[in-house]
Amino acid sequence: MLTKKQLFTRGMLDISPHMLSVIPFGIICGAIGVELGFHPYLVYAMSFIIFGGASQIVFLQLLSGGASSLVAVASVGIINSRHLLYGAVLSEYLEKLSFIKKLLISYVVVDQGFAESNKFFKKNRNEEFLHYHLIGTGCTMWVCWQIATLSGIVLGSFVPEELGLKFAIPLTFIAIVVQDLKKLDHVIVMITCGLSSLLFFDAPFKSYIIISPIIALFVAALLLRLKK
Amino acid sequence: MTLTAIIFAGILTYFTRMTMIALISRDMLGDKIKAVLEYVPSAVFPAIIFPGIFINDFGTFIEMNDPKIFGALVAVIVGYFSKNIIATISAGLVSYWFLIFVVFN
Repeated sequence: MLTKKQLFTRGMLDISPHMLSVIPFGIICGAIGVELGFHPYLVYAMSFIIFGGASQIVFLQLLSGGASSLVAVASVGIINSRHLLYGAVLSEYLEKLSFIKKLLISYVVVDQGFAESNKFFKKNRNEEFLHYHLIGTGCTMWVCWQIATLSGIVLGSFVPEELGLKFAIPLTFIAIVVQDLKKLDHVIVMITCGLSSLLFFDAPFKSYIIISPIIALFVAALLLRLKK
Repeated sequence: MTLTAIIFAGILTYFTRMTMIALISRDMLGDKIKAVLEYVPSAVFPAIIFPGIFINDFGTFIEMNDPKIFGALVAVIVGYFSKNIIATISAGLVSYWFLIFVVFN
């Protein structure tokens, strides 16, 4: 049995490589907000209140482009609706927690944290304090995101734009799914999702980000039926 | 005004995170659904990966010889064999930079 502290540390270690892409992206997010003419406090408030990478940029771009607040809020909700899927997966491992703990831990569920903690959970189902791993990944992400967006807000885009560091984001997610390329069923699901996301990219409210996973999960359900 | 919108967006985002964890109990999900949920990472992350590679900042498709495609391929190969996140990201970035700064310059 691992202790709470060991699990927390393990979570921190498992997510830290992703900071290589998260930190530059956070700096860019902070800098863009100020460049678009928003008050620095508002740009930072988003990192604390929304705490959701790409959705923060979309929100500010929509508002500065003249969209109504309603459209901007709806887009953030739709972009972040993928967390519903993460929650459904994680709920199995978190069910023993008290309601209050579930409410608190939910705030730090992020893409990379979900991905790394889910991998750890699958291999270590019997650990008693599993959720400390998720707290470890989530808190590491939270701290880095706050510092990165704050530095972008205060210092401006000191990351040279020519480096194209936004490209690190797809790369970080490639690192997450790449080992599943060994399994044909996963490859089919990934290609379905990827092609759907390109096909529906222009769908309103950035809804491609939830439409394509739903299509891909339907394909996964079909594959499971075929396997039997 | 903007702050109100941010707060609403934050509440909405928090609900997307909390709903399935706190309000759904395990018994409400059948075995079949749980089997499908195994595919969530493979079904969600390509929707971040593909547009991040194939669609540029202006929302249009990139050319087939775009350095990002090459960078992504290098990242896939390095990631597959190294099983190392830092190596995957660095390999993708470095090969991308090599193309934009050295080859296409």
